[in-house]
Amino acid sequence: MAYVDDFPTDARIVRWNMAVAFLALGVGGLFGMIQALHRTGIFRGFVSSADYYTVLTGHGVLLALVFTTFALCGLFTWGVTRSLDRPLPSPRFTLSWFVLMLVGAIIAAVTILGGLVPSMPFSADVLYTFYAPMQAHPAFYVGLVLFVVGSWLAGVDWFRAYWQWRKDNPGERIPLQTFMVLTTMLMWYISSAGVAVEVLFFLLPWSLGLIQNVDPLLTRTLFWYFGHPVVYFWLMPAYFIWYTVLPKLSGGRLFSDPLARVVFVLFLLLSTPVGFHHQYVDPGIPEGFKFIAMTNTMFLLLPSLLTAFTVVASMEHGARQRGGEGRLAWLRKLPWDEPAFAGCALAGLMFAAGGFSGMINAGMNINYLIHNTLWVPGHFHLTVGTASALTFMAAGYWLFPQITGNRLRFRSLATIQPYVWFIGMTLMSNAMHRAGLAGVPRRTAEPQYDTVSFQGVVGGISEMRLQIAIGGTILFIGLVLFLIVIFGTWLGGDGNDAIRVNGSIPVPLSGPEHSPKILDNLKLWTAIAVVLIALAYGLPLWALVSDGLLAPGSPPIPV
Amino acid sequence: MEIHRYEKIWTAAALLLIVGFIATVTYGTVGAGVKMVDDSGGTVDAGSLGDTEFGDPGVTQVGENQYEVHVVARQFLFQPGTTSPIRVPANSEVTFYVTSADVVHGFEVAGTNVNIMAIPGQVAEVTVRFDDPGEYGIVCHEYCGAGHHTMAGQLVVVPEDEYEGGS
Repeated sequence: MAYVDDFPTDARIVRWNMAVAFLALGVGGLFGMIQALHRTGIFRGFVSSADYYTVLTGHGVLLALVFTTFALCGLFTWGVTRSLDRPLPSPRFTLSWFVLMLVGAIIAAVTILGGLVPSMPFSADVLYTFYAPMQAHPAFYVGLVLFVVGSWLAGVDWFRAYWQWRKDNPGERIPLQTFMVLTTMLMWYISSAGVAVEVLFFLLPWSLGLIQNVDPLLTRTLFWYFGHPVVYFWLMPAYFIWYTVLPKLSGGRLFSDPLARVVFVLFLLLSTPVGFHHQYVDPGIPEGFKFIAMTNTMFLLLPSLLTAFTVVASMEHGARQRGGEGRLAWLRKLPWDEPAFAGCALAGLMFAAGGFSGMINAGMNINYLIHNTLWVPGHFHLTVGTASALTFMAAGYWLFPQITGNRLRFRSLATIQPYVWFIGMTLMSNAMHRAGLAGVPRRTAEPQYDTVSFQGVVGGISEMRLQIAIGGTILFIGLVLFLIVIFGTWLGGDGNDAIRVNGSIPVPLSGPEHSPKILDNLKLWTAIAVVLIALAYGLPLWALVSDGLLAPGSPPIPV
Repeated sequence: MEIHRYEKIWTAAALLLIVGFIATVTYGTVGAGVKMVDDSGGTVDAGSLGDTEFGDPGVTQVGENQYEVHVVARQFLFQPGTTSPIRVPANSEVTFYVTSADVVHGFEVAGTNVNIMAIPGQVAEVTVRFDDPGEYGIVCHEYCGAGHHTMAGQLVVVPEDEYEGGS
């Protein structure tokens, strides 16, 4: 029995969420290729340099918010229903959050794309960070609000399913996948409150003319209160796959359930009180609070380093089950021709590289070297752009047969696709990192200036440009291959295939019975998370608002 | 809770790495004296910069080898920097005060540690030594509107004996 047979209604909502996610990935990825060709000067025929920023806004919003969040909603709906072995409580409620998110995403996307059509009266060329006092059309903010509220309701849906399960299973440990979903959503509620306050109390009324000014540093601080945890909102569903699905794909089982729980608790505690590390070079914020954010950020490495161990150990266990031997020779026994496995494993490998470049970003004074340079997008294309994106694609290869009832189509394309992505990203990201070291700025249509010459530390600038353009193009080809496979699978059958994969997940080597019960005390961890945030943010936020909530103020500057 | 021996070793190594990173950054702050931009520059009213030190931005000598440079970033130029280069002598200690008259900008002197945000209402203060003559490009590295990619400037470090004042 496939998931779609056991939970037909939930399978439909998983399908729809994943479909929206992957369509957003397709459009956002196309924009990415346009940018890679444009900013390197290889080909500037798609858009003007002024419209580059419309494309860049679309790339950021469609990929960092729409793609990631819909993919998360699909994966989490699957994980909760599978691990609790019950459907979500109310199909109508489930449909309502999906529609709310979709409507919000469409409103935001149409407002952004309006910037490409001069006759359209709206635009939102404010990038994904929408720093005030640059002002977007109010519809952009309205779309974001609906989208985020929809994601909150999705969390409510999963919590309701859990509470119902709890009534029938008092005293049992929370199943691991549901535990991961609940801790992720608690982190999301805490952190997205920042952007909700920013948009609802400041930017939206200001864009409607109800208030004259906003304080650019205060709104920016509220954004980054949300802006770092959101990267864990992208990453935790990837971890969720690495912990619960990848061991099975490797041929084995998860190494340790207790440590998986510890890792997710650490993310809940530490994801938010770190936002100032995006503001290391901002004026107006005392150095001490930057230092606190730096230490918290460094400790946030711990759950990722623990994950690296568990994931590799689980893969090694799987390989040895398949007859692998030797110190490293077991690597050859892993199913590298299985796209779901290869995608997850390559994503994990790139995440290790991205983790190391992230340590440079986190290094407060070292950050002077690379802040707002191309290094930074070089970094996050390894993290969200590969660790999350390639894992979600890999999960798609494994999950789509189970949620559609169709066997995976175009299997040979699927087999090479993770490698295509890996090669494209290797070319693009290494060159972006090196260009960043030379000082080449990010978010710029034409980073070529008469008065500025960038000195490459390793390699020459023109070679880096070429690698970025080629890498970006290969990535887009990889994306097209992926979309052919996924939509070919969905639309290419009638749901009655005998499928090769199944959704059963073997029990971990060390199960929940080995982990202290306190790990499941979600109220305790939420309370500690809030205290840590109060320590990191209380005083600096008070300093920002004590000279007036809207002062020093800036009127809106439409773009 | 049962933790595998290798996992204990790994966790200890991870914690050591983390403490090592924090120590490195702390050394940069305390030992090497790399100061972060903070709230020392104070705040200004971005709408009336004319009434402040930013009314006539530029280079001011404040000590024997000490200079202050006030810079206003606005769509899409640095004042001074874009229409005429910022000029300072070699072997000098230069403190930049940077603010924005409109949206958020960046102020990066490529090839140096000067890499800060220009936020309306806030004054970013950063001090840097220029030992040798040279030319540096200044880049706005925060998206600030449709002409963002045109926003750049230049900083010229002049040999001490040829220096004839700022911008």
